[in-house]
Amino acid sequence: MTTQTQKIPSPAAAPAKRQSSAILTGHRFAGPLFASPALIGLAIFLVAPFVLAVVLSFYRVQLNSPRPARFIGFEQYTRLFTDPDLSAAFGQALLNNFTFALIVVPVQTVLALGLAVLVNRKLRGMVVFRTFIFMPLVFPLALTAVIWRLIYSRGDEGLLNAILGLFSGGALSSHDWLGSPSTALGSIIVMSIWQSVSFQMIIVLAALQSVPTELYEAASLDRANKWQQFINVTVPGIRNTLIFVALITTIFSFRLFDQVYLLSRSGSVDRGSTETVMTQIINTGFDNNNVGQAAAMTVIFMLIITVIAIIQRAAVRQRGGV
Amino acid sequence: MTMAKTMEPTRRSSSMKRTRRWQTALHYLILTVVALFFFLPVYYLIVGSFRPSSEVLSGLSGFVPTNLSFDNYAGVFDHLNSDATGYFGQFALVSIIVTTAVVAGSLIVNSMAAYSFARMKWRGKKVLFLLVIILTIIPFEAVALPLYYMFSGQRDTVVIQAIPFIANAFSIFLFYTFFLDVPGEIEEAARLDGAGPFRTFFQVIVPITKPAFATVAILTFLAQWGSYLWPVLMVSDPTARPLPLAISIFQNQQPPEWGQVLAFGTMFIVPVLAVFLIFQRWFVASISSSAIKG
Repeated sequence: MTTQTQKIPSPAAAPAKRQSSAILTGHRFAGPLFASPALIGLAIFLVAPFVLAVVLSFYRVQLNSPRPARFIGFEQYTRLFTDPDLSAAFGQALLNNFTFALIVVPVQTVLALGLAVLVNRKLRGMVVFRTFIFMPLVFPLALTAVIWRLIYSRGDEGLLNAILGLFSGGALSSHDWLGSPSTALGSIIVMSIWQSVSFQMIIVLAALQSVPTELYEAASLDRANKWQQFINVTVPGIRNTLIFVALITTIFSFRLFDQVYLLSRSGSVDRGSTETVMTQIINTGFDNNNVGQAAAMTVIFMLIITVIAIIQRAAVRQRGGV
Repeated sequence: MTMAKTMEPTRRSSSMKRTRRWQTALHYLILTVVALFFFLPVYYLIVGSFRPSSEVLSGLSGFVPTNLSFDNYAGVFDHLNSDATGYFGQFALVSIIVTTAVVAGSLIVNSMAAYSFARMKWRGKKVLFLLVIILTIIPFEAVALPLYYMFSGQRDTVVIQAIPFIANAFSIFLFYTFFLDVPGEIEEAARLDGAGPFRTFFQVIVPITKPAFATVAILTFLAQWGSYLWPVLMVSDPTARPLPLAISIFQNQQPPEWGQVLAFGTMFIVPVLAVFLIFQRWFVASISSSAIKG
């Protein structure tokens, strides 16, 4: 194609200067035309439902109900925080999300860093190790939950219990990991980390490899040992990436849904200690058809996400880049 | 290491070599333990899919590859044999159609929008682009329920499973950063040759920004292949189920046939694993490039 067009002699040398403006003079509508399919899609499937969530949260409304929607102002919100029937469960869901975030964010960020350091060394066979570590990345959460559900099975037929039984001489061999309130959330945390830590690790690994090698050379001239180099060169060099990873992990923690919903539907997980804001939204709005109530929860969920995102932007901007 | 420094030069080198070797051995040991943690669930899935259901949940012997057969695979197809249960082939077909449509659609639509924002001049562009950037923070979860309310009349169709995911603010942003790096002379040359904006984009820009397309394709594929929340809301007809929803229902059958569940899971993931093993470099590159932006 290019060879063919190049044979055509260019019109004239003179208009070459006007090149950059040719786009808008010749094709005034090309810009909006190119952008419109995506913009229309975003308007219909992101902006409209977002606005609708806010509107619905002021109504008592059900899907396919003969009763018309009724405007009730802020009642959905006040009930969410004061009506004991609702506020206890919603507060628990919020608490579970925060607990999840509080554990997963530091643990997963540190693990991602540790794994990245571990595989960022030229050793024979490293490709194979990396492949094994990356593998869970392509596993859908629904499948991950099914596999881990079996691993966590109660009694001594469960794989985890069998392994623990082996090391403890049979003392620990019958725990119901997902079913008991004390370990249910922890069990979900471990399976979530298994599935997603390599994502964060890859991001950290890319950052590690972009730290200039001269900095390490300078540090070793200053007789800094490996650990000192890590603390004084590596960590400051990838600080912004670590902040980024911590914040996307925080947002992931609040979006937590697939694993918990799937496991609670199959009755294999303790509900109270694992319910999240998202599973409550779906239980309330979809399973119980209380759309207005769920819309109010959605708006609160959105506020939380927005606050995290603003913190993220602020933290990233601080570095002076972008 | 610190001890070695204080020693005399000759002894120092040999003792350092020994520490090195120990460190390498330790490194391999940790690597092995870590790799096992990540790999054992995958191994358990695949080996279990070939073993009798009664032996899948049997403690450590769940790991031992004995009594292997394809019975569970046959069992999956026997079990899913009517419109009331759905068919495995149909689940796979729905997943493949929806994922392909979303990946292809999002490559076209989002790249064009990004190109317009990055390289063209038009009124209102700046405001709209700022809006797109703001939209990148809204996760799908935040609009799932109202979207279900809006489109409840379209439940159980394949189209509604795909269409909300085509336009994607983050993909526009990713493409945008790639297009900013394209040297302006290339477009000028195309224009001098008389190419309009469509030809310039599809025949000149797209071929030289293939990594951008690979990145968006991989990230979109990973998200879409495992998509679960939207099908939960929109699909109740068994014959319209995509794989993630189908396995979540299949694992609940009574009495449980764990061997079959694992066979289902293996068929769900092995094609993707194969693609991943072949294109691992691309997967890794696309994930790391999704982060530079912050």
